[in-house]
Amino acid sequence: MSGDPVVEELLDVTVTVNGVPRHARVPARRLLSDFLRHDLGLTGTHVGCEHGVCGACTVLLDGRPARSCLVFAVTAQAHAVTTVEGLGTREAMGPVQRAFAECHGLQCGFCTPGFLTTVTAYLEEHPHPTQDEAREAISGNLCRCTGYQNIVRSVLRAAELREAAEADATAGDS
Amino acid sequence: MKPAPFVHHAPRTVDEATSVLADVGHDGKVLAGGQSLVPMLNMRLATPAHLVDLDRVAGLDGVEVTADHVRVGALVRHADLERHEQAYAALPLLRQALRHVAHPVIRNRGTTVGSIAHADAAGEMPSVLALCDGVVEVASATGAREIPWHDFFLGPLETSLAPEELAVAVRFGRLPAGTGTAFVERARRHGDYALAGVGAAVTVADGTVTRARLTFVSVTDVPTVLDVTGPFAGREQSSVDWSGAAELVAAAVTPEGDIHATAEYRRMLAVELSRIALAEAAARSAAPGSGRGAA
Ligand SMILES: Cc1cc2nc3c(=O)[nH]c(=O)nc-3n(C[C@H](O)[C@H](O)[C@H](O)COP(=O)(O)OP(=O)(O)OC[C@H]3O[C@@H](n4cnc5c(N)ncnc54)[C@H](O)[C@@H]3O)c2cc1C
Ligand code: FES
Ligand code: FES
Repeated sequence: MSGDPVVEELLDVTVTVNGVPRHARVPARRLLSDFLRHDLGLTGTHVGCEHGVCGACTVLLDGRPARSCLVFAVTAQAHAVTTVEGLGTREAMGPVQRAFAECHGLQCGFCTPGFLTTVTAYLEEHPHPTQDEAREAISGNLCRCTGYQNIVRSVLRAAELREAAEADATAGDS
Repeated sequence: MKPAPFVHHAPRTVDEATSVLADVGHDGKVLAGGQSLVPMLNMRLATPAHLVDLDRVAGLDGVEVTADHVRVGALVRHADLERHEQAYAALPLLRQALRHVAHPVIRNRGTTVGSIAHADAAGEMPSVLALCDGVVEVASATGAREIPWHDFFLGPLETSLAPEELAVAVRFGRLPAGTGTAFVERARRHGDYALAGVGAAVTVADGTVTRARLTFVSVTDVPTVLDVTGPFAGREQSSVDWSGAAELVAAAVTPEGDIHATAEYRRMLAVELSRIALAEAAARSAAPGSGRGAA
């Protein structure tokens, strides 16, 4: 491109991450994935390819899965982001996290944050997937370790855990 | 892989957006869903000095269905158009094709207008615009214009949009009553770019075929519509053997080979997928609520 070289400007960016407004002063070109990892110290979101293919960087943006490597932090300003850290804690894991742990849905764990966010949002919309649907639901995420069998199993198990948790909650209400 | 520095513009209105585009000219790029542009920035295949981010521009996120068309604003994400029941009822082809656009996660951000402005011959929506005889609505600081699809796509990744122009919406034309549609493709994995894809629209009146048209993905270098009505006109829909379109398709397309598929394999796919798409479309044309079989 022609024209004068761009002088890097710093912008104040505030994004609501896992329910908490988080702020940093960053260049316009800061990717949301780097904003989360480097500026906010939330290293749960992983970065593999930076062109949208591997899915490791997937977060929920306003509740929907999105590649954080393809969104600028400044675009995410005023939107809500949920990272893998927002899905549960070690003491109180979410159903998808528990299912992956139970079914050995991970080996090295590099791809896992992307799977967990993707599957969490998927099950909100499709609470009772078949095995084929579970396979298609994860087809946008790459894993170099597991062969996917245990990940598919984890998705189905997570659906069961969610259902059980809901049944408990209803029983508790009455 | 990180983008080169740029100045970020966050206009709130179409006028603000077009006035920035007019100021920065060739140094500017529109940022819609970013699902094609950001990978190019990350790899430094593009290094625009100014990005005009549409995310906060008001009034671009609507889908309107009229008797003539489905109008889709520049901020409508693929996923929202895919879920839009009225748009589906009016033009089932939209959902039939959108299911093949990347993975759901990409569709959550990517916009239908952005994918048309990007004009990738491997993208589904440019071809759908062609098959629906669509129009691109354009705004700039100096006025507005409308570009019919055949004047819009100039070459691979090349359109007749000027750097200071913003595509504000596209209009997909509704197909005549009695038209059934289908979109079929082959990819190595569902959600990947197609090795080849074919969209078909078949119109049937009183049980006989009156029109049959095709469009292609990853087969031609710009969106094209191939009219194959000839051998089928006036034939009983239920007795047509659509493999009769093979020669027309084989003669019309000159696909390119790449690391994913040879030219010859693509041509073979184009022929075979055309037969499948025509048969599916024809079957739906006969069904009440034409084109509306399972997407
Ligand atoms: C892993 C992956 C797989 C994919 N697979 C497919 C696939 O199978 N099929 C497919 O069709 N697509 C695929 N895509 C691309 C995706 O569909 C994009 O959504 C689409 O190509 C671009 O839309 P966008 O809104 O993200 O545009 P952006 O990436 O923001 O912009 C793309 C280009 O269009 C220009 N532009 C965008 N909007 C406008 C506007 N309103 N006015 C003027 N210019 C504009 C931009 O300046 C840029 O040059 C894939 C993407 C990824 C990352
Ligand atoms: S790092 Fe974002 S998709 Fe690979
Ligand atoms: S567990 Fe290692 S990449 Fe998936």
